[in-house]
Amino acid sequence: MRPISYSRVADVGTAIGTVSADPESAFLAGGTTQVDLMRIYVEQPRRLVDINDLPLTRVEELPDGGLRLGGLARMSDVAEEPAVVRRYPMVAEALLMGASPQLRNMATVAGNLMQRVRCSYFRDVAAGCNKRAPGTGCSALDGINRGHAVLGTSECCIATHPSDVAVALVALDAVVQTEGPAGRRSIPIDDFFLLPGQTPEREHPLTHGELVTGIDLPPLPVAATSRYVKIRDRESYEFALAAVAVAMSVAGGRITEIRLALGGVATKPWRARAAERVLDGAPADTDSFTRAAEAELASAVPHGMNAFKIELTRRTMVRALAEMAQREGTA
Amino acid sequence: MSPAIGGTLNRVDGRFKVRGESRYSAEVPVTNLAHAVIVNAKIASGRITAIDTSEAERAEGVLAVLTHRNLGRVATVPRLLPSLAGLAAPGQTFFPMQDDTIHYGGQPVAVVVADTIERADHAGTLIRIEYETTPATTLLDQARDRAYVPERIFGGLLPGHASRGDVTKALAEAEVCVDATYRFAPNHHNPIEPSASTAVWEDVDRLTVYDSTQGPNAVQFTLAELLGLPPISIRVVSHAVGGSFGSKAMVWHHPAVAALAARHVGRPVRLVLSREQMFTSCGHREEQEQQITLGARADGRITALRHHKLSLTSPFDDWAEPSLQSPSVAYTSPNYEGVYHLVRGNTITPTFTRAPGEATGMFALECAMDELAERIGIDPLELRLRNYSATDPESGKPWSSSGLTECYQRAAELFGWHDRDPRPRSRQDGQWLIGTGMASALYPVTQPVNPQRARARLYNDGTAVVEAGVSEFGTGVFTAMTQVAADALGIPVERVRFVGGSSDLPNVTAAVGSAGTSAVGSAVHLAASQLRDELIRRAVADDHSPLRDADPANVEVRDGKMVLRDRPDVGETYADLMHRTFAPDVEVLGTWNPPPQDAGYGVHTFGAQMAEVAVDADLGVVRVRRMVGVFAPGRVLNRKTAHSQLMGGMLWGLGQALLEATRMDPRLGRWANASLGDYLVPVNADAPDVVVDTVEVHDEVVNPLGMKGVGEIGVVGAAAAIANAVYHATGRRQYELPITLEKLL
Repeated sequence: MRPISYSRVADVGTAIGTVSADPESAFLAGGTTQVDLMRIYVEQPRRLVDINDLPLTRVEELPDGGLRLGGLARMSDVAEEPAVVRRYPMVAEALLMGASPQLRNMATVAGNLMQRVRCSYFRDVAAGCNKRAPGTGCSALDGINRGHAVLGTSECCIATHPSDVAVALVALDAVVQTEGPAGRRSIPIDDFFLLPGQTPEREHPLTHGELVTGIDLPPLPVAATSRYVKIRDRESYEFALAAVAVAMSVAGGRITEIRLALGGVATKPWRARAAERVLDGAPADTDSFTRAAEAELASAVPHGMNAFKIELTRRTMVRALAEMAQREGTA
Repeated sequence: MSPAIGGTLNRVDGRFKVRGESRYSAEVPVTNLAHAVIVNAKIASGRITAIDTSEAERAEGVLAVLTHRNLGRVATVPRLLPSLAGLAAPGQTFFPMQDDTIHYGGQPVAVVVADTIERADHAGTLIRIEYETTPATTLLDQARDRAYVPERIFGGLLPGHASRGDVTKALAEAEVCVDATYRFAPNHHNPIEPSASTAVWEDVDRLTVYDSTQGPNAVQFTLAELLGLPPISIRVVSHAVGGSFGSKAMVWHHPAVAALAARHVGRPVRLVLSREQMFTSCGHREEQEQQITLGARADGRITALRHHKLSLTSPFDDWAEPSLQSPSVAYTSPNYEGVYHLVRGNTITPTFTRAPGEATGMFALECAMDELAERIGIDPLELRLRNYSATDPESGKPWSSSGLTECYQRAAELFGWHDRDPRPRSRQDGQWLIGTGMASALYPVTQPVNPQRARARLYNDGTAVVEAGVSEFGTGVFTAMTQVAADALGIPVERVRFVGGSSDLPNVTAAVGSAGTSAVGSAVHLAASQLRDELIRRAVADDHSPLRDADPANVEVRDGKMVLRDRPDVGETYADLMHRTFAPDVEVLGTWNPPPQDAGYGVHTFGAQMAEVAVDADLGVVRVRRMVGVFAPGRVLNRKTAHSQLMGGMLWGLGQALLEATRMDPRLGRWANASLGDYLVPVNADAPDVVVDTVEVHDEVVNPLGMKGVGEIGVVGAAAAIANAVYHATGRRQYELPITLEKLL
């Protein structure tokens, strides 16, 4: 780790002021990814501003019936929050399927959205990587890329967005609340995550010193019938090979409301809009689910070792939708 | 007083470990300590053309930057010899930073010494190195055409090829043949404690190294040769070791680098490998491919076994883990051929990895056996029974002990094997296809070559200290030795303290090859027994003893009291005798001379493994639902620690089967997943219901207590049982490990 200075701040204004004044500084929240990346010289801030004392750790009711997750709320706390479990089960499930209990006790929900990719070339400072060092090429295109993305890729970057909970949040149209030198902003979550395109180093629209203060979950009755399905090599402490967040309402055998997002297969938490279009109003049967999955994956691009992910995702989508429909049908 | 041996004594070091009080090699308090960090080559083949250390040298806190230009030369690089031999045991016949050549990715090219580890690490990134890169070979597929058959492997201990009978003729005449090729990803050990060395020069010729090792004496002898010092100049201490699995069985470069760096800066130096460095600094299980050809009669009797292995080794050594040894004697087969083929590549020399060779070799054989059983149409267990060999098929000599058929029988009972419907895809549970599989487990009983020594000392209050130079790396050996000494002395375990972990103590071999507990245990047993006999001898010769003139053979010790066997009211305690005779203590050095490997018997440990898996019919996910392992490891000293060892081994087998793979990027010549986040090992959530049991076998050949070892046999066959279960569940044979879900989509 490069030598750093460290300070701990108690209010949001000071935090933003301190970081925005120094281009080589960074916020430190849970640190569960950031400190790792500093140890391997992928991230090299000179100053860390510890924001763990900021009053952003609560889960609060919003006037419109939604819920606000404080930016510094710990993953484990949010996963156990009764209002989240009852009204947004896919969020609680996604949180509990992420990382390990120890990491969830440290990591914050805002930090979870901000986590960096697991691509081994991104993490190897001696390898070419456009995200870490723009213009040095993407080593993953022809490399060890079993875990890499098949959706939203570019010739510059195929790294998978690693978050689980962000997939659920994208399905729910959550809104990211920020505060920065230029004031407060509300960013729809789908706009918060950027596709790599030609600029994979840009992962979100935040300016330097802008802080994610909270994440708003809109009031959505359909979210109460939702789930998160995650397929991975081992049962715990492992990133998704394919994941599906689904919220669904069924009436008279037809899908009346659908929200669907994919994880583990795309360069950003992937709202499956093409699949949603197929499913909206369609019969809640295997044929619809298969057509929806195929519509979504029509644009998927394989790279060597990760080709299996397209078929795995198709089957996982059908599985998740079928199980959701079955649960809805018998409810 | 019931015997301690065979009981379930809690780990004597458990309290210290759970309270965080055990001192690991990177935690020993040393004053004026400096920290060294190694910098590794980022290329796999070539030459350093320029190296600029000036910025690193100017960095805050830096004491020295050492490279091939200024690091001290080693006196000699000893030959590679497995540490079981009890001599110097370098992991490879190469020592880095002696010249500018790069042989493998991750090869040490510099070492930075600073006042803190963070400053040393950071300064390491400031070193500018230019390389001239030459083409590298890091995968088998790049160099199959360059394979050769080595004369000997494994440090020269095993032949590169072996045969009996006429395998070609027998295969041509076989009524049924199975021919299959199995591929194995490289595996790394990943103990939770990375290797660490703290080197303290007390004088120019007096060095103490606190080292994380399976064999303090092996480190002492290796350092003596590397540094050109006599063994008396070097003391190696290993208080606690956080796991090894073979990564600390041989002596790699870091303790000597720490010593050289400490000498250079004139301060004690601590060198801790990072997790990433653990992937390039202490060997691994090599990438390999094995071809098995089984010939059999229509009734399943095996007539021929041909077993070839192709694997990647280093530029320096003819190393292959000995995959062919146990399979060659697993079943009766009059015709046999086993050949190792090696390809030289740009890698560190591979090394022992838990069940080295057996884990892969028995996987290949046991999967082929499953295929043969199906081909012939008999139960896989029945096929094993038909081919059971009551003698060592290689030598024709009887087994010193076996227990294999009892293991099969017990495992089948515990598992419920006999209800099995042999047809693939015959069981389903919702989305899950259910299958069961089995395999035999064999592991050789390896004997140390040299005498094994332990010292036992009884104090006049009736407590005893027993010492030997073995280190405790999580096996429970200190606990088991406490039990062995207590029983031999006839005193409760609470009155015994076992001390190990230093090269100053009586010499035992490195605890490797599942032989650690039996090697040191035999010495401890002899030392403590001889100490007891000495006390009895003194008592019967003492005019004031109630045992005066008794026949020593008629005296036994109960709870520290020497009594007549047939009149337990007559006797006296050790303490009474020693106080009366003004003896503060009595001490004995026990020496066990291991029998030669060829002592008229075949010596192997046997077991049986069974597994049930569930495979998601659509998604290919494999989950192991339950495992049963029954083993015949000879005398079990501590049922609790032995059970833990065997279960841990079985879970290693689960990892080998489904998860563990180090991925080489041949363009970079470096591992692409050198972290515990990316190299997957099973977590608790993956661990199924594991049933472990043992079958008692009495063995008077192997050593005085009849111990055959539990450290590795648990791994052997577990992966094959799982792969065979996956076939039974899905109807799809698996020829490549690990079995990841895309192979079943």
